[in-house]
Amino acid sequence: MENTKTQEKRDYRPVIGLEFHVHLATRTKMFCGCRVTYGEEPNTHTCPVCLGHPGALPVANERAIELGVMAGLALNCEVHPRAVYARKNYFYPDLPKGYQITQYDEPICTGGYIDVQTSEGPVRVGITRLHLEEDAAKNVHAGESGRMHGSTGSYIDYNRGGTPLMEIVTEPDIDSPEVARATANQLKAILQSVGVSECDMEKGQLRCDANVSVREPDGSFGTKTELKNMNSFRFVERGLARELERQTELLENAERVGQSTMHYDPATDEVHELRSKEFAHDYRYFPEPDLLPVELNEAWVREIKSRLPELPEEMRDRFVGQYGLSSYDAGVLTADRELAAYYEAVAAEVDPKQAANWITGDLQALLNEAGVEVSESRVTPEKMAGIVRLVSEGTVSRAAAKDLLGRVFESGDSPAEVVEREGLAQMGGDELGGVVDRVVSENPDEAERVRGGDKKVVGFLVGQVMKATRGSADGGRAREVLLEKLSR
Amino acid sequence: MPAELQGLTAYELAERIRGGGVSAREATEAALDRIEEVEDDINAFVTRTPEIALEKAGRIDGRLRNGGLNLWECVPMAVKDVLSTRGVRTTCGSRILEDFEPLYDASALVNFGEDRIMVGKTNCDEFAMGSSNENSAYGPVHNPWDLDGVPGGSSGGSAAAVAAGEGWWALGTDTGGSVRQPAALCGIVGLKPTYGRVSRYGLIAFASSLDQIGPMTRDVRDAALLLQAIAGHDPRDSTSANVEVPDYLAGLEDGVSGLRVGVVTELTQNEGISPGVREATEKAARELAAAGAEVGEVSLPHSEYGLPAYYIIAPAEVSSNLARFDGVRYGHRVPAGGVHEMYRATREEGFGDEVKRRIMLGTYSLSSGYYEAYYAQAQKVRTKIIEDFRAAYARYDVLLTPTAPTVAFGIGTKVDDPLEMYAQDICSVPASLAGVPAISVPGGLSDGLPVGVQLMGDHFTEPTLLRAARALEKATGFHFEARPR
Ligand SMILES: [Zn+2]
Repeated sequence: MENTKTQEKRDYRPVIGLEFHVHLATRTKMFCGCRVTYGEEPNTHTCPVCLGHPGALPVANERAIELGVMAGLALNCEVHPRAVYARKNYFYPDLPKGYQITQYDEPICTGGYIDVQTSEGPVRVGITRLHLEEDAAKNVHAGESGRMHGSTGSYIDYNRGGTPLMEIVTEPDIDSPEVARATANQLKAILQSVGVSECDMEKGQLRCDANVSVREPDGSFGTKTELKNMNSFRFVERGLARELERQTELLENAERVGQSTMHYDPATDEVHELRSKEFAHDYRYFPEPDLLPVELNEAWVREIKSRLPELPEEMRDRFVGQYGLSSYDAGVLTADRELAAYYEAVAAEVDPKQAANWITGDLQALLNEAGVEVSESRVTPEKMAGIVRLVSEGTVSRAAAKDLLGRVFESGDSPAEVVEREGLAQMGGDELGGVVDRVVSENPDEAERVRGGDKKVVGFLVGQVMKATRGSADGGRAREVLLEKLSR
Repeated sequence: MPAELQGLTAYELAERIRGGGVSAREATEAALDRIEEVEDDINAFVTRTPEIALEKAGRIDGRLRNGGLNLWECVPMAVKDVLSTRGVRTTCGSRILEDFEPLYDASALVNFGEDRIMVGKTNCDEFAMGSSNENSAYGPVHNPWDLDGVPGGSSGGSAAAVAAGEGWWALGTDTGGSVRQPAALCGIVGLKPTYGRVSRYGLIAFASSLDQIGPMTRDVRDAALLLQAIAGHDPRDSTSANVEVPDYLAGLEDGVSGLRVGVVTELTQNEGISPGVREATEKAARELAAAGAEVGEVSLPHSEYGLPAYYIIAPAEVSSNLARFDGVRYGHRVPAGGVHEMYRATREEGFGDEVKRRIMLGTYSLSSGYYEAYYAQAQKVRTKIIEDFRAAYARYDVLLTPTAPTVAFGIGTKVDDPLEMYAQDICSVPASLAGVPAISVPGGLSDGLPVGVQLMGDHFTEPTLLRAARALEKATGFHFEARPR
């Protein structure tokens, strides 16, 4: 019974495509000279152009185009010699002109891919397109809910309006929430390493939507829904999981999945329908007559390519060669630019392989559990290196070091201090000998069997020693002492 | 206005002022007096700015003593109310911008000079949409030649102001003929420059791919001088051309000897062209030939599709360009329950019928399912028309057609028939679609009313076009005289 259920579940294959909106790291806005700012007094960085005043005209930001090309090259896209700006028409207060200037049927880049490292090996996710546009302003809804519905009044902050925005759309190549998260992480790492965006999600510099459907057991594609408002990659993973459950359940009960926009609420870990998309909006796209098409000179694109910084993939290969890491570990470490930098700082101090083991293993587990970014961790690279060094010098056992890392992670204290305070230092020979003697005398039957040549119970006695020393003894050393004492 | 000043062209007045014969202030006062005298009958202005004009005239007189003044700066001017003027309300002839004061000046005005003597903002069809100036929220403009007749549109206020002597010249805007047709109907000169020649920054958009600011003047030399004042590349307008601005007065009087002039068959023999207008056009061809031009016939085979293509493309752009007038940030706002109700009520009340008609036409032709059949098809026609012009300019330097199919018609006679109104643009839209420069020059009278003759040149050949127009103006012997007398 259990088996058939698993079988059924497996037949509803997730089909996921991601859509990213990324603020480009330019000094000024996409079509005017106003500075790009975050968190400043509302409506202090505006002008007739980004306020949509009559007669004002857009002028495309050259640097934004350059950054778009850089991103396209880093994502293995084809960079087109010509791109056309288009108007996407709709009414909304955060859209001062009544249209958004974007790129539609002739985007700047198409047809790329990202190779994503997953626990089950590398997965290639296609990039459908990459185009440039302007961000909308920010609606601020007064009242408790913070949403338009039920608010007591609405205000608009046009500071964000016109911020250069890059939209990146993937192919629906992703077949699990885990791979979706890994893809998002990898994309972020690439964009950060190239320097096209800081990708600070708290500032809204990187936003992710997902198109999700399940393929039915007969292989036909299901109706897709759009999942919005996932402002962290953990929520991408969790939101997708919830939405896939919802769709699968509907289909298992022979119900229909409606075309809709869904919203993931991290507080309740649930998805809700935001609006039905049964009546699709007609954006009446047409070429933007106020702007000339972007003409990209081939030599310029080549020149940009030649000065692209190290990409995560290149860094991964370098880590394999330089530090002797497995491709998987190197992939995990380079998927996040900050993690990679963290690793390199630790690896400069201690054995690189040991450093990788600690960081990809115990440290990542702690970070994930606490939902903390490596850059915010109390375990600084110096402290991490300190822990690894204490193990390799034999001051603390591996088992004790795990405890030590947890304590440093919690407190931020220096590893040496924690070792001192908690008595985590590895026991010296005499002390260990004493514990072994006590364990032998408390377990006379087992000791006798070892003396009689039965090695199977040695493990049990070692375990008793470790228990007695609260892990501060080295397991191998305890075994040696035990065997030595019992051979006489 | 003293008859003596009223009889001068802008160029002559500027020379007089620079020579010390009269002050800029005296000229400005003369213009303001004339406005006071005839404005009740004409209604050419939506907003009059006598204080600004007199203050700037004083500055010009001050600068006269130091030299370094551009000739054009001496002459008071009127500005169509679709050009953004900082701190001076700019209505676009619409209720929706009734109290709107722009934050900045249009680049063309900045180019003209900081001390421009602006006597006022002129009436026009709402958002420049119309051919009779009857689509204005500020009342119709009356043709100075016949107060019951229309002045043409959409720059009807500018045309009437110049024709009535309420100043010497004015700026208009031309999208499908809005400078040239009212110039023709009011017996003055109207020039639509090459698309990209004059910055559109601050020109409140009607149809972005067609709009150009142009001079409306008493004669061709004035048009050359005013173009000189406003032309030039503007980094704030991506569609403005980075092409050097030549001296438009140099060679202006060189005549048309050897110049190849092609009379466009389809637009001259078209059945919609009234006999008087056709006769004036043919007479102009004969006069140019007599002045030494090589005159022949030329075909623009796709020009008959120009009108339908124009009335697809322009409204499409309108439907998007006018979306910003939503009552959120500026302009008229009708408070209502929710934001969408507010949009609806604001636009319902703020826009007039013709603007609404074009927004609907444009919204329709850009809609999915119709885009290919309408907008995309119209763009193909536009390409064909551009090719027609290219072929014609391989054989001719300038092309000759009527400007408008008729002389001024009576106010109220065509308002119920939009298609007949749109037909006013038949001769003027091809040059707009192709982006080439075109000028309307008075070609005599028909039934006692002025007829305009249009000359069109190739891209950025304004010097040749102006030279031909200057020769034609001399040959016709038509002399400017302010009306009503
Ligand atoms: Zn701005």
